[in-house]
Amino acid sequence: MISKLFKFKGGVHIPQHKESSTQLAVEPASIPKRLILPLTQHIGTPAAPIVEVGQKVLKGEKIAQADGYVSAPVHAPTSGIIEDIGDYPLPHPSGMLAQCIVIKPDGEDRWIELKGHSGDYKQLDPSELRNIIRSSGIVGLGGAGFPTSIKHNPGPDRVIDTLILNGAECEPYITCDDMLMREKSREIICGLLITKHALQAKRCIIAIENNKTLAIESMQQAAKEFADRNIEVVAIPTVYPAGSEKQIIYTITGKETPKNGLPLHIGVVCQNVGTTAAVYRAIHHGEPLISRYVTIAGDVKQPRNLEVLFGTSANDLIEQCGGSTADIRRIIIGGPMMGFAMQQITIPVIKTTNCILIDAGQTKDLHTRQYTMPCIRCDSCADVCPVNLLPQQLYWFSKAQELDRIQEYNVFDCIECGCCDYVCPSQIPLVQYYRFAKSEIWKRERETQKSDAARDRHEFHQFRIDREKAEKAEKLRQKKAALKIKKQATDQSNEIGNNDKKEAEPKNAAIVAAMERVKAKKAQQKVEPKNTDDLTDHQKKLVTEIDQRRAEQRETQVSNSNDNAKMDNKEL
Amino acid sequence: MSLYAPSSPHIHNDNSITKIMLKVLYALIPGILVYIYIFGFGVAINILLAIITALSCEAIMLKIRQRPIMPFITDGSAVITAVLLALSIPSIAPWWIIFLGTAFSIIIAKHLYGGLGYNPFNPAMVGYAMLLISFPQQMTTWQLSTPATFIGLPDSFKFIFGDHTPAQLATDAISGATPLDYLKNQLGLSHHVSDIMNSSNVFGLLGGNGFEWISIAFLIGGLWLVKQKIIHWHIPATMIGSLAAVATLFYVIDPDQYASPLFHIFSGATILGAFFIATDPVSAATTAKGKIIYGACIGLLIYIIRTWGGYPDAIAFAVLLMNMSAPTIDYYTKPKTYGH
Repeated sequence: MISKLFKFKGGVHIPQHKESSTQLAVEPASIPKRLILPLTQHIGTPAAPIVEVGQKVLKGEKIAQADGYVSAPVHAPTSGIIEDIGDYPLPHPSGMLAQCIVIKPDGEDRWIELKGHSGDYKQLDPSELRNIIRSSGIVGLGGAGFPTSIKHNPGPDRVIDTLILNGAECEPYITCDDMLMREKSREIICGLLITKHALQAKRCIIAIENNKTLAIESMQQAAKEFADRNIEVVAIPTVYPAGSEKQIIYTITGKETPKNGLPLHIGVVCQNVGTTAAVYRAIHHGEPLISRYVTIAGDVKQPRNLEVLFGTSANDLIEQCGGSTADIRRIIIGGPMMGFAMQQITIPVIKTTNCILIDAGQTKDLHTRQYTMPCIRCDSCADVCPVNLLPQQLYWFSKAQELDRIQEYNVFDCIECGCCDYVCPSQIPLVQYYRFAKSEIWKRERETQKSDAARDRHEFHQFRIDREKAEKAEKLRQKKAALKIKKQATDQSNEIGNNDKKEAEPKNAAIVAAMERVKAKKAQQKVEPKNTDDLTDHQKKLVTEIDQRRAEQRETQVSNSNDNAKMDNKEL
Repeated sequence: MSLYAPSSPHIHNDNSITKIMLKVLYALIPGILVYIYIFGFGVAINILLAIITALSCEAIMLKIRQRPIMPFITDGSAVITAVLLALSIPSIAPWWIIFLGTAFSIIIAKHLYGGLGYNPFNPAMVGYAMLLISFPQQMTTWQLSTPATFIGLPDSFKFIFGDHTPAQLATDAISGATPLDYLKNQLGLSHHVSDIMNSSNVFGLLGGNGFEWISIAFLIGGLWLVKQKIIHWHIPATMIGSLAAVATLFYVIDPDQYASPLFHIFSGATILGAFFIATDPVSAATTAKGKIIYGACIGLLIYIIRTWGGYPDAIAFAVLLMNMSAPTIDYYTKPKTYGH
């Protein structure tokens, strides 16, 4: 039993606004006319399409495969025809376009044949479990979208002491995890047991903010059914950002995730409840991840949660909630604290979309920023910072573009939770300043890398010119030497008489000797080959072939130069 | 259709600089009321004069600096500066004292440094220091702190705006040195502390007669500010704590030569300084550890200047000296970031 919770530093109490969207039970959203499926619904490399335009696909069929280790496949959320593969706007803060697969549903919603492993997951090896999870396209549904199979692979030496199931859902308005815990608690617990097995974790803590009493009850009930002594439901204090990974780990274990480290370095893995339910569906039913619970909240007629197929447009969902209550001013994907506002309303729901928040100027809480005043260094920001930074100092440095100083003040530890910004009496857009500083630093680093490469190139160029000069000088010296020998030889021939056959030999010997010296010098100057540590066999083979070719060339060059030398002699 | 898409977070609490400054003003009200009750209306007239001067100067400077006037004039910061300065000067000082001091605070100490948020020194204390150095006589002639010297509204006007003191009130009869000043002078004449305190009615139970009650009222207001989380406990606690600690040390060594810690805490502007002046966020240290060092050093400096320095009270100089050190203190007291 967990005896004590730890209070993390800072945090803010924000009006929750969670009641309105939890009134209705979750229903599946209707299948829209078009599904736009981005190939980047996760952190990592975009998936690679494996279908063609015009091809018919079934529900659950893989339409794009993972491209690389940190990647995840995409599956067809319903049966239909591939209408297009092209660039469409992504639900991304930048509003950028990226490759998407567009499906025109046929309305049959016919599943592909599924193979589940009901009941016998314990017979599966953790690596087999990971493979199923990977091929089912499961990524973290809490918001980050990190491929779950990688999280489930801590490495052979790591012991996972605590598996934390994150049901905190600390952002205002969002209730999708809350509803999932109320309605699908058994699935979550089953998924948790699978994850526990995959990680060989010692204990599991299901952490839920104490304002979700129904969810807590439901989860406790389900946990009781499975009678696993190592699973415990814990109510944690409601304070934003309690659901942030670093903060929830501290709340439960009292340990801090080391900087530049991962939770598994301190024996902890943290997983969202939605992800866990998806793991259950993948293992028991063989279902890939094709839908999720999404909260539609804010200024809509009927705020609620819907089970949404990926690729469904936000616009369609707003329509299904009765439309907005007035003209839409802002549409926020995610919560009001960390979500991002989109410039258009027709962006698709993806794996990481937990909430669509509509601001039509009706909810008082969603008011926009007032006039920004100067910072009075009141330190409210530092009081609420959950990672113990000095937000106002970061702000000053960011404003002055003192990028070195701002790194000294650990700007990269900022989790962009927005607490400082929320409480700032001067209403300064602090987080925006930190984002700016971070991107400036990244830009500068890229430029440094570029200029480093340019310098390397220049230095090598200089080296080559010097080498060629040295070679020319050497040749000249050889010529002179040859001339000298010839002179001696002529002197000798004058003395002894004509002897053409003997003449060539000492000359050649001198030339060969000179070439040997050049070779030795070259060997001395030879540049160490770079990046040859981790080559594949094929690459190694290529390298040896190239080396051989070069050696041959060198030999022909030598013989050529010998010939030249001979010719020179003749000319002389 | 392109929607408004600002950076997160998308919500904000309803806090503002004006709200903070208003709460500071509320917290000053009990002290001001007690001040008026004991000494009469001089202080009220001074406060009004100071506020009018401060807002006028603020508006003019904003205009000259081409800054929007409304958001800054209503932020309340100039009013706080004005009230703090008015509370720091003698309540019978002529009108031009408060006018000059406030104008200097707002124009020189605040706006020439860049206005709200950019002043390295506490504007009210810069104004006070300027006045004390330039007009020592007017700045050290305080009302005698006995209930008999309560001055009504008309007489207060005559004191502040008139050329002459009101006929029925001879200046010598109602004014004199402050308790701290008196004690310092008498100690200079090698009297003992206990004898000095018994010999004059300027001393009360805890500190200066009358001033002690004002201090207690300010203490109540200050504690309310801490509870409201407008100020942190660090600076007031460590400032009063360190002053009390050194005072106790010397008092224990030689009670004849050194006044008691209670006297130091409840005399002069110690409480006002601890809760309202040293805690000015713009010019103070900001890290938790930094505030502790900052407050403790102010307390120590107050004792040093009061006991061995050239001025009877020392809040202004101690605060200004520590304002200078605040950035350095902050630099060396960075908190440990999560995960480091």
